[in-house]
Amino acid sequence: MKALILIVVSGALINNVVLNQFLGICSFLGVSKQMKASASLGFAVIFVITIASAVASLLYDFVLKPFGIEFMKTIVFILVIAALVQIVEMFLKKKSPAIYKSLGIFLPLITTNCAVLGVALTNVQNGYNFTECVLSGFGTAVGFTIAIVLLASVRVRIREEDLPAPLRGAPIVLISAALMSIAFMGFGGLSF
Amino acid sequence: MSTVIVTTVVITLVGVIVGLALVYTGKKFRVEIDPRESAVRENLPGNNCGACGFAGCDAMAAAIARGEAPVNGCPVGGQAAADRIAAVMGVDSQAQEKKVAFIRCKGTCEVTHDQANYIGVKDCRSAVLNGLNVTECEYGCLGFGSCAAVCPQNAIRIRNGVAVVERDRCVGCGLCAKACPRGLIDLMPASHHVAVQCSNKDKGPVVKKLCTAGCIGCMLCTRQCGYDAVHVENSLARIDYSKCTQCGKCAEKCPVKVIIPPVAPAEGKEA
Repeated sequence: MKALILIVVSGALINNVVLNQFLGICSFLGVSKQMKASASLGFAVIFVITIASAVASLLYDFVLKPFGIEFMKTIVFILVIAALVQIVEMFLKKKSPAIYKSLGIFLPLITTNCAVLGVALTNVQNGYNFTECVLSGFGTAVGFTIAIVLLASVRVRIREEDLPAPLRGAPIVLISAALMSIAFMGFGGLSF
Repeated sequence: MSTVIVTTVVITLVGVIVGLALVYTGKKFRVEIDPRESAVRENLPGNNCGACGFAGCDAMAAAIARGEAPVNGCPVGGQAAADRIAAVMGVDSQAQEKKVAFIRCKGTCEVTHDQANYIGVKDCRSAVLNGLNVTECEYGCLGFGSCAAVCPQNAIRIRNGVAVVERDRCVGCGLCAKACPRGLIDLMPASHHVAVQCSNKDKGPVVKKLCTAGCIGCMLCTRQCGYDAVHVENSLARIDYSKCTQCGKCAEKCPVKVIIPPVAPAEGKEA
């Protein structure tokens, strides 16, 4: 039990997917202009990564391993995750328009996010079983959400300030993200 | 060799299964949508930039089809896309000309001053709630950026104590006009540039004391105008955008230079 909790906490804070592993930077910087948008993206990521980790884990254990073709995992994961998100999107559109609306454009957008693929690949590299994969995926996605909501709240404040001209726009965002990354390194000292 | 065959077969099978699953769900979970929605969507550029204020072109198309968004709401597609979408929706795209926000104050820190040092929440609406005038001019821009905070396009910046609209980013949604507690923000046609950049209704000598850039109500502009477009009411000049031809004569004669001249001759309409 302790090991499972550790996987979640480690995914969310210690090995934060954005700030420590530098995956999913494009959406992290791109969709963090406003709190509302970044929060919906965060929830969409939690949704997609958790499902993707589960499916990737099953696929790896029951298809790739028995045939001895683990080396094809990257291609198979991309294929299956992309299709899976499409299917989930169609399902939600029909059965639950409310969820579909709140996730909006982000659902198809994050299909090809490297964080989603990265988590699936890291999971099988670490030799996780099904439960561990799902929890690790969930934890990592929560970490992404924490990071992007934090950055969005920083950017909302920065936006009003009268910054020196060379820092306006992307530079100050990258500096803020870098400072957040340094702060998150502090979690490396957590011990259980 | 056998690895190659196994890999090819397995991956192909996975691909086929996934493909069939997609086809199946696509048919099974088909959702009927307004046919106009997809027609509108085809005429949008499809780069999902979000500049219209919606979460991508699909959301924008849905809003247009429901009649909640203007047919010319896409700043990327411009007039060409607006015309095609107007044809789909059966309305006249010219009826809704693109508008941009305009802030009727140029009271920067050089030309006017604060009379109180406000240290509360950095928000114009809370700054006026205390009942005192933070700025010397009781009509002027407070510069705390309530308008900038609500702008979905990040088109408003506070420069030197005054809010400034970046016209090429503004989509004319009018949220800032509602947010400004002093009602300084007007929506004006995007093709229009000549405007009075002051809202002060005090008499000329009072304005002169408060702000060196304010409108003093001297009526020189009214006399210059050959189109009956400039009027001075309550000691403040206002330009009627529907009558103004942007000749720029009023801006030339204005002693305090509070009227914005037409920008480039190529952009402004000829008089």
